[in-house]
Amino acid sequence: MPEKKLVLQANKLGIDFGGLTAVNNFNFKIYEGEICGLIGPNGAGKTTIFNLLTKVYEASRGEIVLNDKVLSKVSTFEVNKLGIARTFQNIRLFNQMSVEENVLTAMNNDTDYSLFDSFFRTKKFYDQENQKHEKAMELLRIFNLDKDADSLASSLPYGGQRRLEIARALATNPSLLLLDEPAAGMNESETLELMNTIKKVRDTFNIAILLIEHDMKFVMGICERITVLNYGQILAVGTPEEIKNNPKVIEAYLGGA
Amino acid sequence: MKKFSMKKLFSFLFNRKHSNMTISYGIVVLMYLIIEVLIKTNNLSYLLTSLLVPTCCYIIVALALNLVVGFSGDLSLGHAAFMGIGAFVGSAISNYVYSLVPNIALRVIVAILAGSIISGIFGYLISIPVLKLSGDYLAIVTLAFCQIVKSLLNNIYLGFDDSGIHFSFINQNFTLDGGKMLINGPVGSTGNTKFSNFTVAIIMVLFTLFIVFNLINSKYGRAIKASRDNKIAASSIGIDVIKAKTLCFVVSSILAGGAGALYALNYTTLSVAKFDFNLSIMILVYVVLGGLGNIPGTIVATTILVLLPELLRSLSDYRMIAYALVLIMIMLISNNETIKNSFNSLIGIFKRKDQNNA
Repeated sequence: MPEKKLVLQANKLGIDFGGLTAVNNFNFKIYEGEICGLIGPNGAGKTTIFNLLTKVYEASRGEIVLNDKVLSKVSTFEVNKLGIARTFQNIRLFNQMSVEENVLTAMNNDTDYSLFDSFFRTKKFYDQENQKHEKAMELLRIFNLDKDADSLASSLPYGGQRRLEIARALATNPSLLLLDEPAAGMNESETLELMNTIKKVRDTFNIAILLIEHDMKFVMGICERITVLNYGQILAVGTPEEIKNNPKVIEAYLGGA
Repeated sequence: MKKFSMKKLFSFLFNRKHSNMTISYGIVVLMYLIIEVLIKTNNLSYLLTSLLVPTCCYIIVALALNLVVGFSGDLSLGHAAFMGIGAFVGSAISNYVYSLVPNIALRVIVAILAGSIISGIFGYLISIPVLKLSGDYLAIVTLAFCQIVKSLLNNIYLGFDDSGIHFSFINQNFTLDGGKMLINGPVGSTGNTKFSNFTVAIIMVLFTLFIVFNLINSKYGRAIKASRDNKIAASSIGIDVIKAKTLCFVVSSILAGGAGALYALNYTTLSVAKFDFNLSIMILVYVVLGGLGNIPGTIVATTILVLLPELLRSLSDYRMIAYALVLIMIMLISNNETIKNSFNSLIGIFKRKDQNNA
């Protein structure tokens, strides 16, 4: 088997909020085409890690290496240009814009027409707009949202909004996709459908996916490798089978007996 | 070759993407035609004729402010200042180039361009501190900017003669040798020649619509709207929120400056007192009542609200009470569910036609 490309590596990552150490000594590696899970009880620091990776917070310690490049002090929007896209625990869509516009906005960085082109509607403008429209519709088709392309994002049902958020993140051509509780609030059939969609996304785009999820069926069914977090520290790392039978994990979830 | 059909044209003009544009351009052109006919047949009172150009100026400023408030989502109370800067730069330039540029049309263009550009520069400079803020704080800072500009303009003494340009910030401590005073402190600019007319004003309105629509329906417009709807999500997909908002603010200040210059060219005297806080609030009222992000609505609301106080002149002392009542009525009606629903069903009929044609 050929060696897979390392997408992201976190070395001894840590952050303090005042006196509280939210995350400490977080070591992590993810390869191309891999789906990893990040689980742990509430307040374990899972979302904080996402925020560290996307530079919403600046880490107090450690370094992040993305595609062989160390992420120095960069803004959140630049992290996305470098290849990390994410979704949010509480859905953050552009509610007053149409479903298609939500996805089109995410493609802004590979659209290179100038202000002049958009004021005077040059051929370049129309060519690129049409090309992005095709691409956006293709993405929406994968997520089964193409029929609602023209409706407002806020008018979608809950599951649809979750899927749109993933579609929007994917539209930025990331090498690493971070999904923060993608299945939260979904029913069983929707969850199953989402699992298949995520697998399909991985196979078509060959990207690395890291997800936070509380639904164990979902995590166990989709992840190849799981990292368990407790009190900001890594508790265990392994395949779903190993994690399921790890006594430390069971204790952390059920509380010490 | 594509066969031309009215049905196709109709569905092109009134589909979801184009209906706002069609309606906006339509309203402006229709207004122009009706008013031109009224003028030609001498059916327009002197008062209304004198209001035509100012109304167009207010429409332009309201459209510019709608870019910031409606699309970028930032409450700016400083647009009177941009209009003031545009007005004084425009009037000064048009006086200065009076003998150099004999062609009136060219002079108008030069004045409006100068007003727009200088206002745009101020817009960019003020956007650097302002756009680091949001909400109430942004409104307060832009309000302060408006007051500062007014005070500065109140104290500028600028004139020119054969020996060159004279300028003072304290008082008129220079004597002009046959030249002309461009800005005379609190007195403002006097003895100007009227240049602008209704046609120029309407062309400016159409140009503003062109700029606004082409900005909004592009990747820049999407970035601006995304930054309004959710800053965090926008930066998570690689949008530089500050850059998008700055672009919007600068375009808006350029348009407002142009409107100011057009306004200045319509009067023989121009005083600073006009461009105060009240004007900012008035423009904001036009935008809010027209609808945030609603361009045809802004045009209609501005026209009605500029003409209304004049039309209510017969009520003399009760004029402002009636004006307030009309404002309250508009707010009630535009928030009334029944009226909204009937309006939506009307739009629904259009949509169904659109689908049948497709």
